[in-house]
Amino acid sequence: MQADVFIRRRNNAVVFFAILVVLTAGSIVITQYDLQKGFTSFIKAFIWGASNFYPDAGSLRKLPDILVKLWETVLMSIAATTVAAIFSMFLAVFGSRTTRIHVSFTVIARGIGSFFRNMPLVAWAMILMLAFSQSSLTGFLALFLGSLGFLTRAFMETIDEVGENAVEALTSTGAAYFPVIFQAVLPASMPQIVSWLLFMVETNIRDATLVGLLTGTGIGFLFDVYYKSFDYHVASLVVIVIVIAVLIVETVSNGVRRVIL
Amino acid sequence: MALLELKNVTKHYNGIAPALDDVSFSVNEGEFVSIIGSSGSGKTTLLRCINRMVEATSGEIAFGGIVVSRLGKMELRQVRTKIGMIFQQFNLVDRMSVIENVLHGRLGHKSTLAGVLGIYTREERWQALRIIQMLGLDQQVYQRCDQLSGGQKQRVGIARALVQNPKLILCDEPIASLDPSSAKTIMDHLRSICTELGVTLIISLHQVDVALKYTDRIIGLNRGIVVFDGPPGELTSQRSAEIYAKEPKDVNIDLGERNAS
Amino acid sequence: MIEIKGIGTEQFSSPNLNTAKPLDRAALAIRLTLLVLAVTTIYALLTINANGIDMPKAILDTLSTLRTIFFQPYSYHFTVWQGFWEIVITLGLAFLTTLFGGVIALFLGLMAAQNLAPKWLTNVIKSVVAFIRAVPSILWVLIFAVAAGLGSTAAVIGLTFHSVAYLTKAYSESFEDLDRSVIEALMATGANWWQVVFQAVIPSSATYLLSWTFLRFEINFSNAVAMGAAAGAAGIGFDLFMASEFYFNLHEVGLVTYFILAFAIILEVLATNMKSRLMKQA
Ligand SMILES: Nc1ncnc2c1ncn2[C@@H]1O[C@H](COP(=O)(O)OP(=O)(O)O)[C@@H](O)[C@H]1O
Ligand SMILES: [Mg+2]
Repeated sequence: MQADVFIRRRNNAVVFFAILVVLTAGSIVITQYDLQKGFTSFIKAFIWGASNFYPDAGSLRKLPDILVKLWETVLMSIAATTVAAIFSMFLAVFGSRTTRIHVSFTVIARGIGSFFRNMPLVAWAMILMLAFSQSSLTGFLALFLGSLGFLTRAFMETIDEVGENAVEALTSTGAAYFPVIFQAVLPASMPQIVSWLLFMVETNIRDATLVGLLTGTGIGFLFDVYYKSFDYHVASLVVIVIVIAVLIVETVSNGVRRVIL
Repeated sequence: MALLELKNVTKHYNGIAPALDDVSFSVNEGEFVSIIGSSGSGKTTLLRCINRMVEATSGEIAFGGIVVSRLGKMELRQVRTKIGMIFQQFNLVDRMSVIENVLHGRLGHKSTLAGVLGIYTREERWQALRIIQMLGLDQQVYQRCDQLSGGQKQRVGIARALVQNPKLILCDEPIASLDPSSAKTIMDHLRSICTELGVTLIISLHQVDVALKYTDRIIGLNRGIVVFDGPPGELTSQRSAEIYAKEPKDVNIDLGERNAS
Repeated sequence: MIEIKGIGTEQFSSPNLNTAKPLDRAALAIRLTLLVLAVTTIYALLTINANGIDMPKAILDTLSTLRTIFFQPYSYHFTVWQGFWEIVITLGLAFLTTLFGGVIALFLGLMAAQNLAPKWLTNVIKSVVAFIRAVPSILWVLIFAVAAGLGSTAAVIGLTFHSVAYLTKAYSESFEDLDRSVIEALMATGANWWQVVFQAVIPSSATYLLSWTFLRFEINFSNAVAMGAAAGAAGIGFDLFMASEFYFNLHEVGLVTYFILAFAIILEVLATNMKSRLMKQA
């Protein structure tokens, strides 16, 4: 503590950068990432994109098809989020340290949350494909399972944070468990929870593309079809449509957040 | 010769009423000048116009014979290195140590790279330590600033200004967030900086008694207009009431009450 | 009675005994949002295209698949050490993309922070970054793959792109939380922009920058797995893809899944620990 702060700072910086350099060099070797190729192809990609990757008049004829798939994808993302939220809510209320009945519930809820959060989406997509094949259900279920993990953790942390004062205030008046939950905890954490819900919808629309690519459903599949057949004009139109959808959802969510938070 | 000269300085923000209205005065080397006035009368604006943290709308400000208002970016930085500034909220980097915060006063004298990396010469560090000692902070040299009391933080602020080797120090309500005893320590230090180091100080205050006790000259501001400029001896209670008057007629009411009692 | 625009007169009438408090804007927005989500969900579930799938059977099949995966993991095509090495490759991809993204985002974040840069510049950067973020990362990878070919190089560039966008937003918001007055105090001493940034802005927000970066590293790990499966990048994701789509070997899918889960959970625990330690220090 009393050591010269400048020497300490310099040593910290040197160690920090040394570790960074070693890890970077190691990663480059391990992944066989070609720095030079990476750089040149970055530029090449831009030139290629500017000259090929834009929608032309012909691709606009595909727009109705694309919009149908987009609509499907948005619906699926919202449904997956909402259904997952219902399950997550139960897990979170029983698992949060302010509202749990017993410590073991926290361990269980955390475990379930952690499992579903860390289980790769890709694995779910592939596992579900086996039984549900190329249907929207596959995409829905994959997104549902991923959201379940994320939301459980997010809700639990919210209730941990927000619930404490609310619970204390009501419990001290002698209120019972369920009244406390419904009159204090849920209302107090609702703005934050809605904010997480909106965030999850945004994330799911983006992730739906990946899941769609892997399972042959929704808008991801559509992109894949045109991409693999080198029809880059239509593929770029798909990307633009996704971007617009995500930006709209983001804008709406930000608007709602401004009002509720 | 005047160190600082303001001629017809006017500042309009967006409102209709100017924050500073045709302000002219000059300050000689070694003076300790206080600016008093109610909240919103333009004290902060006046101080900030001097080192152009705020751009005056019209008028001329000369510092050491150089007209500040016309300087380019580089020359302005040059001038700023000779003007220290002390703030009501201290404005320190809380997460850094006292000595580092003090040395921030040297940044203007250094090359960009040396400043970015925080490399200071032996002389600079020695000088910083001497100033810290002078202000009675030798126990806190390596402590982080968020662990200090308000009075100690303000002394760090003073040290940061002093390490600049300034000709002029601008103090914007330096004791407004301090308890009376810390406020006295700070005012005593500022007084001795003026008397012993010969640094010129301009300080904005809202306590008339402090201004009367410590400073050589008082400038009274009312809604951007200089309504008093003279030594403490000339500040009668009527002149003081004029400075703090909300409306011109308030003065009469004040006097009326006084006469009645 | 005085009419005040926008305020209903009923507020001035005698108090009623209805204890429900009047809906304010926030409560109304919350209810409306939940209602819209609920209605959309019901509609979505009713119209979902199930392609004549026999639900009970499909669910039972999936459960039996999961049993095979989680209770009989086994490897045919690679050893445990090879699996471990593949994970290291995935970690390498995640590290590179986070590092490149973080370094670029540091500079863009400074230029996107409203207290550090002119308004037009922050607007330009924030818009560009919002656009980049809106494109799913897999699409960036596939777009770059046209020029670089499918593989790790395209994956690194594509994921870096997305990381830059994500971190620029996060960093710039951390910078914006910093009090403008501290920046002004240093500017008033004659310090220049770079000096202020490195002596005040970055030291003050360092903990936030680090925790955002860790969070992104976690995200990039799962992204790197996904790119292995969907865009032919090296690493454990590719093995997952091969096991399930090429060899149709559920036992192997199980082993790979365990590998990924284990490392993802380790990362999560590390990130959480580091975050709480940093916050305590802050
Ligand atoms: N950044 C600003 N933008 C617009 N108006 C301002 C700004 N800063 C100060 N003002 C206005 O200028 C006037 C003088 O303010 P200020 O110089 O802060 O007074 P004081 O420091 O004496 O309280 C006030 O009416 C205030 O509302
Ligand atoms: Mg002020």
